[in-house]
Amino acid sequence: MKTQTINNKQEVAEKTQRITGSEAIVRSLMAEGVDVLYGYPGGAIMPVYDELYKFQDQIHHVLTRHEQGAAHAAQGYARISGKVGVAMATSGPGATNLITGIADAQIDSTPLVCITGQVFSHLLGSDAFQETDIVGISTPVTKWNCQVTKAEDIPVALAKAFYIAKSGRPGPVLVDITKDAQVSEFDFKYEKCTGVRSYKPVPKTSQESIDVAAELINNAKKPMIVWGQGVILGQAEQELKAIIEKAGIPAAWTILGASALPTSHPLNIGMVGMHGNYAPNRLTNECDVLIAIGMRFDDRVTGDLNTYAKQAKVIHFDIDPAEIDKNVKTDVAVLGDSKESLGMLEQALNKNSHESWLQEFKDLYAIEYDKVIKNDLSPTKEGLTMGEVLKQINIESEGNAAIVSDVGQHQMIACRYADFNITKSNITSGGLGTMGFALPAAIGAKMAAPEREVVAIIGDGGYQMNIQELGTIFQQKTAVKIVVLNNEFLGMVRQWQQLFFDKRYASTEMTNPNFVAIAEGYYIKARKVVKREELAEAVKEMIQSKESYFLEVCVEKEDNVFPMIPSGASVSDVRLS
Amino acid sequence: MNEDIKTFTISIYTENNIGLLNRISAIFQRRHINIESLTTSRSEIDGVNRFVIVVNMTETNAIKIVKQIEKQVETIRAYYHTDEETIFTESCMFKIKSDLLFDEPQIQNIIKESDSNIVTVNKEFFVLEKSGRRHEIESLRRDLNVFGIMQFVRSGRIAVTKDEMKITELLSAFDNQ
Repeated sequence: MKTQTINNKQEVAEKTQRITGSEAIVRSLMAEGVDVLYGYPGGAIMPVYDELYKFQDQIHHVLTRHEQGAAHAAQGYARISGKVGVAMATSGPGATNLITGIADAQIDSTPLVCITGQVFSHLLGSDAFQETDIVGISTPVTKWNCQVTKAEDIPVALAKAFYIAKSGRPGPVLVDITKDAQVSEFDFKYEKCTGVRSYKPVPKTSQESIDVAAELINNAKKPMIVWGQGVILGQAEQELKAIIEKAGIPAAWTILGASALPTSHPLNIGMVGMHGNYAPNRLTNECDVLIAIGMRFDDRVTGDLNTYAKQAKVIHFDIDPAEIDKNVKTDVAVLGDSKESLGMLEQALNKNSHESWLQEFKDLYAIEYDKVIKNDLSPTKEGLTMGEVLKQINIESEGNAAIVSDVGQHQMIACRYADFNITKSNITSGGLGTMGFALPAAIGAKMAAPEREVVAIIGDGGYQMNIQELGTIFQQKTAVKIVVLNNEFLGMVRQWQQLFFDKRYASTEMTNPNFVAIAEGYYIKARKVVKREELAEAVKEMIQSKESYFLEVCVEKEDNVFPMIPSGASVSDVRLS
Repeated sequence: MNEDIKTFTISIYTENNIGLLNRISAIFQRRHINIESLTTSRSEIDGVNRFVIVVNMTETNAIKIVKQIEKQVETIRAYYHTDEETIFTESCMFKIKSDLLFDEPQIQNIIKESDSNIVTVNKEFFVLEKSGRRHEIESLRRDLNVFGIMQFVRSGRIAVTKDEMKITELLSAFDNQ
C-alpha cells in the first residue's frame, strides 16, 4: 500500500512520485490549499473518490444531496472567504447538474474549480453510458475549461484552473478528466501556475486616467459613487472608505457590492437598482459625476439606458476591459485592480464635503422611510412583514451575521434591511437570480467561516428547490441558521402579476408542506412563527443556538416590495407604491 | 442613433487549443450575430493560430465583440478592421465536365480572362481554381453557370492587415516577464 501521510504542503508540491492520475488530482488540490470540497460520486469519478477516502484526514469532501447543491456550496465557500471553491461530480448527469451553479458563478464572478469525471477516452463520442459533452456544454458559462485525457496532463491543467479561477476578474473553470487518465500512473510533480501567456488578468492602471478622473471628481458639485462586487473581489474596502471620506462623496452599492462599507456609515446611501433605495436611484439622474467602481451597469441597476445618468460625466473603474462602454458610455475609464486604482485615486483627490448634496439624499430617504421603510420594519397591520424579521435578525446578530439570501422578494428585503458591519457578508445570487442558491451556499459559507454567524434567508419557493441539502446540514452538523419567509406564494412573480398582469396569479400560489416536520425529519431544531409576539423570542433562540436551526415565519401573503423601478422604466420613475 | 452597418474583418491570434473555436463562435451566437465567414489556420508564429472572421455590424458592436473575444483566456489578441484596412481574398473551385472544354471554345476564353487556373483535367471533368475578390468569383460563377457546373465551392475570406499587429512583441514581452 502507498504511503498516505504527507507531512507538509511543500512535500506535496515538490516530491516527484509515481502515482495514479486520481491521486494526482487529490494531491494537486492539497497543493492548492484546498481543505474542503463539495461533490457527489459516480462511475466516472470513482477512482478520485477512492483517493479522497485515503486522504480524508487531510482534505474534507462534503457529500451534498445533489450536484447543484455542491456547486452552490462551493460558491458560498468562495464568496465568504475569497478563496477558490471546489466542486466535483461524475460524468453525464452529475456534470450537467453543476451547470446552474457554474453559470451563477460566471455571472457573479465567483472563483470555482469544478472537476468532472468523464468516460474512458476511447469511448468519447460513442454515446457511452453517462457520457455528455460537458466541455461543450459548459463553454459559454465558464471562464475557461478543458478536457484531460492523459494522467500526466492533470497537474498542469489543475494548476492552470486554479490560477485562472482566482486571478483577474474571478470566475468558474471546469476540468473534465477521463477515467483512463484517472487510473493510469505517471511521475507526479506539482508546480503552481503563475501566468498564461495569452491571458492578461489585471490591466495596469494608468496614472493619466487617474488624473483625469480625479480632476472631474475634484471639480464636481454633485458626485456620486456606485460600487459593486469589484471592491470586495479586489479587497479594496479600505481604499473605498478612504475615498468616500476624503472627498465626502455619497456612495451607493449594487446588490453584490453590499457589505463592502458598513451599513451604518454616514455616506452609505443605500442600494441602487430595481428594488434599491429611493434616493440613490432618483439622484443617479441628478448627479454631475457618476463614479462606478467594480460594477457592470446591469439592466436591473440602470433601468432604461436611454434615460440613465445622461446628465453626468461617467467614470468607470473596472478590471475587465470588456465592461467599459458595454452598457453605459463612459467619459473616463480606469482599468485595473480596484485596490491599486482606488489607492491611486485617493492620492489625487482633494479633501472635500458635499453637505447640501448629501442632504438631498437624506430628504429622499425621509420620504422612503415614511412611505415604505416604516411600514416594513415597524408595521401596524396584523400580518408579519419580511422586513421586521430582518430587523430582529439585525438586533440579535448585532449586524455581524453573514446573510445568505435566495432569490425573490425576501432577497430584496434581506439586501435592503440587513445590517452589514463586516465585508463579504451578503451572499446572494445576483446576476443569474438562481432560486435554490441560498441553502447550499449557506453550507459552504458556514464551513469556510465557522466563526461567523451564517443566516440563510429563503422564500418558500426557493427553499423547495434545494431542500434536499438539509441532509447535508444534518450529516455535516453545519450550524447554519435557516429562515424561511413563507408567504405561500412565489412572491416576486406574484407581485408582477398583481402590478402588470391584472392579478392573474398563474401558478404562483403554493400549497406548502409542514416545513417544521421536514426539518425535524433531518433532526434539525425547528420552530414556526405565525404571530408578531413570538418573533423576537424565536429569532433570539435561533441566533443563540449552537447548532443548525430552522425558523419558518409565516408572513403576509400579498405584500409587495417597494421601491420599485418597473422593468424598462427610468431610474427617475422609481415607485414607492 | 442609427449607426451604419459595415463589413468588418475580425482577426484573432490564439493559442492552438481544442474547444477555442466553440468558445469564440459562442460569443457571436449568444448575441445573435451571423458570421459571414470564418477561417482558421496557423499564423506566422509557431504554435499560434489565427482566426479571420467576417461580420456585418456597427462599429460600436464590433468593438464590444472584439473585447469579449480578447477576454477569453486563450486569445492572445483580437482586432477588427474595415475592408480598406486589409488586403483580402477568397478562393473557389469549380468542377466542370471535360467535354465542355472542347465543345464550348468560349470556356477557354473565360478561363484565360478570369485569371483562374486549371488544377486538374481528366476524361470526365476538370477543376478550375480562382482566388480573388467576391465579385470576381461571382462573375466567373455566373459565366460558367451557363454551361453547367458539376460542383462549386468557395472559401471564407482570408486577410492580412496593412498595419502591424505586433503579436511577436506581445508574446516575447510575456516570456521576458
